[in-house]
Amino acid sequence: MIINHPLLGPRDAAEFVYKGDASLIHRPDWEAPDALQAFTDYGYLRDNPAGLHRELWFHEQGDRSWLVVTRDTTTHEITSVELALDVARKEGRST
Amino acid sequence: MRYSGFQVIKEALLGHRGWKPAWRDPEPQPSYDTVVIGGGGHGLATAYYLAKVYGGKRIAVLEKGWIGGGNVGRNTTIIRSNYLLDGNEPFYEFSLKLWEGLEQDLNYNAMVSQRGILNLIHTDAQRDAFIRRGNAMILNDADADLLTTTQIKERYPFLNTDNARFPIKGGLAQHRGGTVRHDAVAWGYARAADQLGVDIIQNCEVTGFLIEDGVCSGVETTRGTIRAAKVASCVAGSSSRVMEKAGMRLPIESHVLQAFVSEGLKPLLPGVITFGAGHFYCSQSDKGGLVFGGDIDGYNSYAQRGNLPVVEDVCEGGMAIFPNLGRARLLRMWGGIMDMSMDGSPIIDRTHIDGLYFNGGWCYGGFKATPASGYVYAHLLAKDEPHPTATAYRFDRFKKGLMIDEKGMGNQPNLH
Repeated sequence: MIINHPLLGPRDAAEFVYKGDASLIHRPDWEAPDALQAFTDYGYLRDNPAGLHRELWFHEQGDRSWLVVTRDTTTHEITSVELALDVARKEGRST
Repeated sequence: MRYSGFQVIKEALLGHRGWKPAWRDPEPQPSYDTVVIGGGGHGLATAYYLAKVYGGKRIAVLEKGWIGGGNVGRNTTIIRSNYLLDGNEPFYEFSLKLWEGLEQDLNYNAMVSQRGILNLIHTDAQRDAFIRRGNAMILNDADADLLTTTQIKERYPFLNTDNARFPIKGGLAQHRGGTVRHDAVAWGYARAADQLGVDIIQNCEVTGFLIEDGVCSGVETTRGTIRAAKVASCVAGSSSRVMEKAGMRLPIESHVLQAFVSEGLKPLLPGVITFGAGHFYCSQSDKGGLVFGGDIDGYNSYAQRGNLPVVEDVCEGGMAIFPNLGRARLLRMWGGIMDMSMDGSPIIDRTHIDGLYFNGGWCYGGFKATPASGYVYAHLLAKDEPHPTATAYRFDRFKKGLMIDEKGMGNQPNLH
């Protein structure tokens, strides 16, 4: 697989480390009353879709940026690659 | 018809015109006591043991395609019970004991071959860990044998024990481990279950569950509605896809694992060997092909094919210990979809929906577990409580912090 890095251009997927579902950006609030259940779900439950999947890849053997890659799990076709930083900012998670 | 040497001779003399189909092809009935979703090894074994051991009646196995067309037909056929943790080892040893009696039990030649499995040791730390694991195995009534490099050389003279980076310093052998003809496992269980009255319904995909007020009373399928007092999902690889229809999210990611077979060779490799420094395992099939595999590709996938970096990695692992592998040509390679669970261990449990049961999360170790998985799942279905060897495989172990993490990797499924 080739991941089209937004800053570096097309890079071999072997340069990256895979983390998993991009929803992991959204860490639950540890002070919320339902934090135990929220963290159990966050840590252990996954949507695991057959089809489009937004997922986190870390460019370990490159510029060490985190990317959000949208990929079809039934064909491995990658349709969009964004910097995780931009995604997190857009979703109000980071400044 | 009971298979025997006498039948083979009789049919040979009569021109083989008397053989009957090994199982029926029944129409689905409107209702059953138990419906098992998934006609793979585990699903068929579940139906068989439920009928045979627990006296279950009116059982159906629903299969989306044809039986044995999923992971039971795509694995590297290894059986073993060399686990460390208490939650696992009694279960896998129970499974190995069932393998030992399987063919007589089913009256079917599954070619169970206890040719032994050898895990190679490359460092002092690994030797310590393997000794501990061997002792855990012996405590659970399994067999384990620590071999020296000299002993390994006698059995496997072609192994490269002096690799500069990963020299072979010994090995942990389980002589009762080995290989089984994988397709015959599905066929043997199907035939035996069919003879006990189980309806095996192929080309019947489950499209939804009948759930009302937290009670599951059946399934919608491409061949109509089928009601059942108990519905048992047994579709490892597609667990998330099926259970999503019941509104459940699972502690599972689906990943692709590749496997490889070389051209047929003269007898070379007498048992199963595994490389301890990377991830590589290899055996030789009865047709002569070297069957081998390694790590999963490491990203979510439902495509039954992988990518080249893992092919290279697996072959490098093989070449490091087994240099003459480089002279064999690769005949075929393929991929299967694994239910990778959050701690690397399976789940066999009731769900929060009454009447709906779950068996999955087998990671890439499901084949060896086939008989015990079916047996303990049948136990759960019949008695509504876990079999004594499978009490740890619960959904709530993640919330309670009771993970069964053989590799100690935490909740990162692609590392198990």
